[in-house]
Amino acid sequence: MKISALSMQNKISPDDFTPLGSDFFGEESLNTEEVGYWKASWQRLKANKIAMFALVIIVVLMFFAFIGPMLSPYTYDQQVRGDEGMWPCLKHPFGTDRIGRDLLVRCMIGTRISMLVGIVSAVIVMIVGSIYGSISGLIGGKVDIAMMRLVDIVYSIPEILLIVVIKMIISEPLDTLINTVPAFYGLRRIGSGLIAIFLVYGCLYWVGMARIVRGQILQLKNLEYVTAANALGCSRGRMIREHLLPNCIGQLIATVMLQIPSAIFTEAFLSYIGIGVAAPMASLGSLTSEALNGINSNPYRVVFPAILISLIILSFNLFGDGLRDALDPKMKK
Amino acid sequence: MQLSRYIVKRILLAIVSIFAIVTITFFLMNLMPGDPFMSEKATEESRQKLIEKYGLDQPIYIQYEKYLKNLVKGDMGTSYVLQKGREVRTIIFESFSVSMKLGIRALILAVIAGITLGCIAGLTKDRLPDGLVRIFSSIGISMPSYVVAAILMIVLAVSLNILPLNYNKPGGWIMPMLTLATYPTCYLTRLTRASILEVMNQDYLRTERAKGMSEFVVVFVHALKNSLIPVITYLGPLTASILTGGFVAESVFSVPGLGRYFVSSISGRDYTMIMGITIFYSTLIVIMNLVCDILYKIVDPRISFE
Repeated sequence: MKISALSMQNKISPDDFTPLGSDFFGEESLNTEEVGYWKASWQRLKANKIAMFALVIIVVLMFFAFIGPMLSPYTYDQQVRGDEGMWPCLKHPFGTDRIGRDLLVRCMIGTRISMLVGIVSAVIVMIVGSIYGSISGLIGGKVDIAMMRLVDIVYSIPEILLIVVIKMIISEPLDTLINTVPAFYGLRRIGSGLIAIFLVYGCLYWVGMARIVRGQILQLKNLEYVTAANALGCSRGRMIREHLLPNCIGQLIATVMLQIPSAIFTEAFLSYIGIGVAAPMASLGSLTSEALNGINSNPYRVVFPAILISLIILSFNLFGDGLRDALDPKMKK
Repeated sequence: MQLSRYIVKRILLAIVSIFAIVTITFFLMNLMPGDPFMSEKATEESRQKLIEKYGLDQPIYIQYEKYLKNLVKGDMGTSYVLQKGREVRTIIFESFSVSMKLGIRALILAVIAGITLGCIAGLTKDRLPDGLVRIFSSIGISMPSYVVAAILMIVLAVSLNILPLNYNKPGGWIMPMLTLATYPTCYLTRLTRASILEVMNQDYLRTERAKGMSEFVVVFVHALKNSLIPVITYLGPLTASILTGGFVAESVFSVPGLGRYFVSSISGRDYTMIMGITIFYSTLIVIMNLVCDILYKIVDPRISFE
């Protein structure tokens, strides 16, 4: 074919169309393995030194809280005669309180309560919030509007005040319930105080979660692959299980992780002002509040529970931040 | 047009919320086992008289109606236990003025310190000052307020003995103020830092640098102004956090404020006081959130209305 001298066209020869052969890119680039979402997230998390360090601290604190009390020669409510008001020593590494209870084992129990409250509340919030949010998002229309109005109202109520009120009210009936109705005997080991805190959390803190889940579902609903699945006759249950949930689970976990420190904060506040777990039981909040009364004579008693509660919240905060960055790199700032 | 519709919608929502709070607190209080005169060393007869006097024997919906009517007039009933016979309204006004004085000082400190530290960290990203600020703010948001109070007490009052533990002595307000301000300061620091980092990458700042503006003008006139917008949204939660922080700070340092009354009315089962303070605080927080949200929309027209 004759080409004009002024033509801007590229000069093409048949050689340009021969296959390159498999060795053209070299060994390196052809060997890249496909990395899945969870694996990639785990790699990102592993690279985050602060988050990994926080994870180690969380694991250590777990051992301290759940295994520790078994190894201690004392129990949390045992009053050791003659050991009242001791300074930290070999026999009692954290000292003892006014009536001779070992503070080390009481701190362990307190840590256990904080951990339990944080984790269980977060799970409750996740379950309630994601069910509510996904129903609202999937059904849409008037139901969605009505459900979201309710969320708006609950969201604008300052929860800490209502928590105080609700906690005060349900404690006593709950106590009689688990002590008189045989079906609830199993709950006695947890104690009415803790159950009340969980209930309060289930009632009030789910709204943030519900909003996030609904937002995610609305976003995903409009994506092509969901339309495609719909066109192929995918049932609603299968749609949620196989297509929607796996795609927003990362953000859900990240949000739930950041819910844990806030739950621990609330429990610490409640037990500090004296409406947390019931009396012989120890909580880091109530230990600090007892210790603050004698701060002039025994300042050391404040130190351990105060450090522990801050350490728990700090490590959950740092780990939660790291997890959020790893699971949802788009949100990273 | 859109803005005014948004404002009307938000105000209606706020009214519904306040009504919901009043209703929930009222019925919850009535579900509470026992009555406020149980602990009194009085005969059955005089207890009955007290119950009749306060109308506690009437059906609950009549009591509710009465409470609502009185509330609209600003009457919250009288305290049963703590300061017997005094009006809840008067107690709230008296003690809230103490809390407010402390709260406003803490708020000003938190805003100034938080924004300053956040700017320092944001402008020295990944260098030493940034690292230090980040470490301290991470620790700061992880400490419950009673831990902060304990540290301040041990360091400033017990060991160094430079500040008094008692609120009424000169300088006694400093420690409660620091306790209240710690969490919001650290939170604001993190917020400002993130916001500055985001703004610094914007095209319009590059344009300004290219036009030859001094770095000072670029940062302090143009970047800062826009990066402070998200801070407005935090002012509502900030008020809430200072108010609830007051529960602990005021009881620890025995400040005669509303927060301490709330804690002691809980332990004293003073129903009308608890109800009055809950409604008062909740309304305050709802209104603060409302004002902040509307302000936010006015300052930044890019925010969508849905």
